Amino acid sequence: MSRVVSIQGLRIEVAGRDVDIVDEINLEISAGEILGLVGESGSGKTTVGLSLLGHARRGVKLALGEVRINETNMLTLPERDLREARGKMVSYVPQDPSVALNPALRIGKQIIEVLEFHDFGGSSAARQARVREVMEEVRLPSTREFLRRYPHQLSGGQQQRVGLAMAFANRPAVIVLDEPTTGLDVSTQAHVLATIRRLASEHGVAALYVTHDLAVVANLAHRIAVMYAGRVVEEGPTAEVFANPAHPYTRYLMAAAPDMTGDHQMVGLGGRAPAPGRRPIGCFFAERCELASDICRESFPKPVSVGVGRVARCVTPMAIPDRTRAVPVAASSKPRESDTVLRLQGVVVSYTGKQVVHDIEFGLQPGECLALVGESGSGKTTLSRSIGGLHHEWTGVMTLDGQSLSRSSRDRTMKQRLAIQYVFQNPYGSLNPRRTVGASIARPLMIAGADEKTADLKVGEMLEKVSLTADYAARYPDQLSGGERQRAAIARGLAASPRVLICDEVTSALDVLVQAAIVELLAELRGDLGLAMLFVTHNLPLVRSIADRVAVMAEGRIEELGTATEVIETPKQEYTRRLLSDTPQIGRSTA
Amino acid sequence: MGVWKFVGRRILLGLVTLWVVSVVVFAATQLLPSDPARAILGRDATEASIKALQEKLGLDRPPVEQYTSWLAGLLTGDPGESFNARVPIGEYIGDRVYNSMFLLVLASVFSIPLSLIIGAYTARKRDRAFDNITSNIMLALASLPEFVVGLFLVLLFATRYWKILPAVTAIGAGGPWEHLDQMILPTATLVLGAVPYIARTARASIIEVNESDYVEMARLKGAPEKTVLWRHAVPNALGPVFQVIALNIAYFAGGVIVVEFLFNYPGIGGALAASVRVRDTPVIQFLAMVLAGVYVLTNMLADLATVFVTPRLRTRLK
Amino acid sequence: MTIGQVVPAAPSIVKAAWRMWRTRIGALIVLVLVAFALFGRFLAPFGENESLGLPNKANIEGSWLGTGKLGYDVWTRFLYGGRPILVQAVLSTVLALSLGTLVGLVAAYNRRRLDDFLMRAMDVILALPQIILVLVVIAMFGAKAWLVVLAVGLSTVPRIARVVRGAAVAVVERDFVASAEALGESRPRILVSEILPNVIAPLLVEANLRLTYAVGIIGGIGFLGFTSDPGAANWGLMINEHRGVLAAEQPWGTMLPVTAIALLTIATGLIADGVSRAAAGIDRGTAQA
Repeated sequence: MSRVVSIQGLRIEVAGRDVDIVDEINLEISAGEILGLVGESGSGKTTVGLSLLGHARRGVKLALGEVRINETNMLTLPERDLREARGKMVSYVPQDPSVALNPALRIGKQIIEVLEFHDFGGSSAARQARVREVMEEVRLPSTREFLRRYPHQLSGGQQQRVGLAMAFANRPAVIVLDEPTTGLDVSTQAHVLATIRRLASEHGVAALYVTHDLAVVANLAHRIAVMYAGRVVEEGPTAEVFANPAHPYTRYLMAAAPDMTGDHQMVGLGGRAPAPGRRPIGCFFAERCELASDICRESFPKPVSVGVGRVARCVTPMAIPDRTRAVPVAASSKPRESDTVLRLQGVVVSYTGKQVVHDIEFGLQPGECLALVGESGSGKTTLSRSIGGLHHEWTGVMTLDGQSLSRSSRDRTMKQRLAIQYVFQNPYGSLNPRRTVGASIARPLMIAGADEKTADLKVGEMLEKVSLTADYAARYPDQLSGGERQRAAIARGLAASPRVLICDEVTSALDVLVQAAIVELLAELRGDLGLAMLFVTHNLPLVRSIADRVAVMAEGRIEELGTATEVIETPKQEYTRRLLSDTPQIGRSTA
Repeated sequence: MGVWKFVGRRILLGLVTLWVVSVVVFAATQLLPSDPARAILGRDATEASIKALQEKLGLDRPPVEQYTSWLAGLLTGDPGESFNARVPIGEYIGDRVYNSMFLLVLASVFSIPLSLIIGAYTARKRDRAFDNITSNIMLALASLPEFVVGLFLVLLFATRYWKILPAVTAIGAGGPWEHLDQMILPTATLVLGAVPYIARTARASIIEVNESDYVEMARLKGAPEKTVLWRHAVPNALGPVFQVIALNIAYFAGGVIVVEFLFNYPGIGGALAASVRVRDTPVIQFLAMVLAGVYVLTNMLADLATVFVTPRLRTRLK
Repeated sequence: MTIGQVVPAAPSIVKAAWRMWRTRIGALIVLVLVAFALFGRFLAPFGENESLGLPNKANIEGSWLGTGKLGYDVWTRFLYGGRPILVQAVLSTVLALSLGTLVGLVAAYNRRRLDDFLMRAMDVILALPQIILVLVVIAMFGAKAWLVVLAVGLSTVPRIARVVRGAAVAVVERDFVASAEALGESRPRILVSEILPNVIAPLLVEANLRLTYAVGIIGGIGFLGFTSDPGAANWGLMINEHRGVLAAEQPWGTMLPVTAIALLTIATGLIADGVSRAAAGIDRGTAQA
């Protein structure tokens, strides 16, 4: 197979300063091969992807090295040639098509213009034929009516396919895909991934697939490269890297990945990757790595060969950090029916007059975690908000410890309000930016009537419980990272010793390692405090590590309800089975 | 079709707003003052003249009737008679309305293209010398009241230091067309008041669009810069620009008063100032409604233009 | 969006704005002019209405800049003339701020009917250009100071309400407000302690802008000749009174007050700009002078 992409010694800097965003990047991709570029946010993976098009965003400079596509160095190409190469020799599939498509231009025009820019086929007729062809390839209608639509008239999945169509139209040699399935439903994601796999192999394209999601790339990429803080720390064939990671960071990533089989509990890792300009002399990962030694801190390890076609930058490759050793998830037990803390019967929820959730019935035991799993639009968030008293349009019976709950939180008793606490998805929006973390956490306590001194003590206690130190109380949310904010939000939820904690997609906006740490924390807290938890998520594999029981929701109904083991290993409903098969997993191929 | 329904609703809203404004204006000028006739004629007026004026104004009639007859007159083209000049308002003001509209149009014709060019240029050369200097000048111009700007222009161009342009206008018969040199300073004053706002909004809008993901995407598809600009950037940058242009024409409606007074320009602004001085109620009422009408109309047009330019809003109506 | 990075500590807006040279220069100029306007009268060499002799003569014994209209000392009249404008401008802005913020917050939080009603009412006031509204009021009731303050203030209310509502609507959607509601906090409390602190930034900018325009309008009214006390000194009035003799020997009657008003409005504009940049900088995580 011929080498189409060759990146040598790539260094990208912050414009105007001698600060590296990424450095010493060496990657190769052959025709027909998909290379997965894996990393968390801030690792520089998108920046590397864009360099393949000779593009750098504002404030970023492509400083050193070579980025060759079929012998052409994209970094030294003159403006005119660069424009010619983009869209024709190398294309880009954007992460978020809802903002990457021009809202004022019809999609047909947006697809055909990439053909026009490069004079595909030499005639208008040839181009129109190609548009129809490529629409069929991505399984979208090629009717005139459809092509005349504007982007906002398409669903997320359709928009993403338009992005793919634009990228494949000119039959480029190289395609850069930037997390193209973020924000898509599991089933839509499965379709899009299948489309990508098919097109890439049919056209013999060399593809760079940038992502933070190991599971997605496990079934798609032939080889993967793992990035941390602007460096590639490991590279090799996908199956081998996953079977036996050479770099500790890769092992941590895998240990933090949600595992549906229950063979290993999700394990997180504290700390964060050093930002550009704050990187130490030695290995960037040393400060968080269990296996770090003085040698690691002296200088950044050079790439060493650890197998055929495998490279890693570590002084002790293949060594296994203790925390990443697989610990099976404890088997979930069926709850006792007697002492339910929260019960729902015949609950129907509406949204501006329209019924969106129908006939919900379940009970929650103290100390139990019930996961509400569903795709967007399934009604899981609307239902949980209703339970929390945030959404008022519902009928039916909800009882807390036997006493019925009013629709709106304002009508509930103080005791009830404090007994059900809510943690939100977006850590940036859930804490008042103008209030110290301590003041936000203390609020429920003040409402419960505690005096300042007691509240202060409790706040310190809560912070320790979520693995933050007491001095965080004086800080403002802007001074905390996303993971830390989420911990603070959890601390606030726990402050008034609630009976039920509702966690609404609390990990969706977080990086892989941070996400796993939060799940670990929640599982621990549940055990310690005997808390009943309602865990709302769209991520089915995740629930294995935290939930006792799982309720799968679709279109406002509970399709299936059982223990986590039952639902995942022996699903009864067709919907659940489809959901499971569409979910990408490491070590299992989806068709 | 949803679009026409929306247009209809918007026009209706504008009309209702104007109607409410008419009620407020009428109430303020004729109904609220405890004794309008005395207020108009002053303390030294005789009882007889006050009585005569009350009859003339119809102040003895019930308020609602006074209002409806005024409104009816307004709508049928008979807004009444000016007290001061004792001639029908149409005769008294007619020319002046034309003069003011001329000034307004002239100011718009110059300020809009100038602002857009400055806005686009400073957006392209962002944060460099030209942009920084220009934005500071714009800041100063935006803060200064119109009469200050006008006076400085007069000082600069029309006094002993550099007597190029006339300091006051003396148009009289013949209309503004005949005296274009006298139009320069008043127009320039209005233009300098409007340009900072429009240019700044244009700049911000263009920058935002330029840094958008879809413009980046167009470049990554290999689009030539001209296409990026005209097909991808400009159509999306228009919305806010329309709004601010309407805002400025509306600002002219108010600014014209002081500017016309400063340059002694025979327009409705000057007439309003004069009529306020002598409490010429019918004229005040009429002019207030004219200026409010301009304001409401341009805002409405701006709203409609924005919707037409934004496909997302347009299709939502269907 | 995945979040793993730390955002640096955001200083308060006032501190960030103060760091910029433009804010400091603006503040300095405002301070100086306010001092002139409020306390200048104590340094005046002559009385406010004391006639020194022939009007509009620049060279008069004992007088710095000569006489103006009716023979008053120009410098003295200048020292006296700032206060009415400044006091009225500040009072009207404060009035507009209080009422406008209240309306804006209530409209944003309550949405639907109350929001509709309030905003339509605001639209009606907005339909008349400010200066026209003030002139109509003056026409019927005279140019009394409190009336001008009321007219300018009330006509500014909808402009501030719009800005506050716009900013508040975005805040109302955020989860920490929902969190407070879930805890059962009262609506007024949520308005004041959750929403208001988060709209301070645009509010500060708008307040400064409105002050700038208030000075312009009130100065303009004086310029047109409408004051409560025709004998008292008033910068706007002064400018107009001495316009005719601008080219003649007495330029200071117009030059002084015009420059003062020009500097004052530019200075408040600078402060507004500084605050606006500081707020934008904080949102972006960087602050540039």
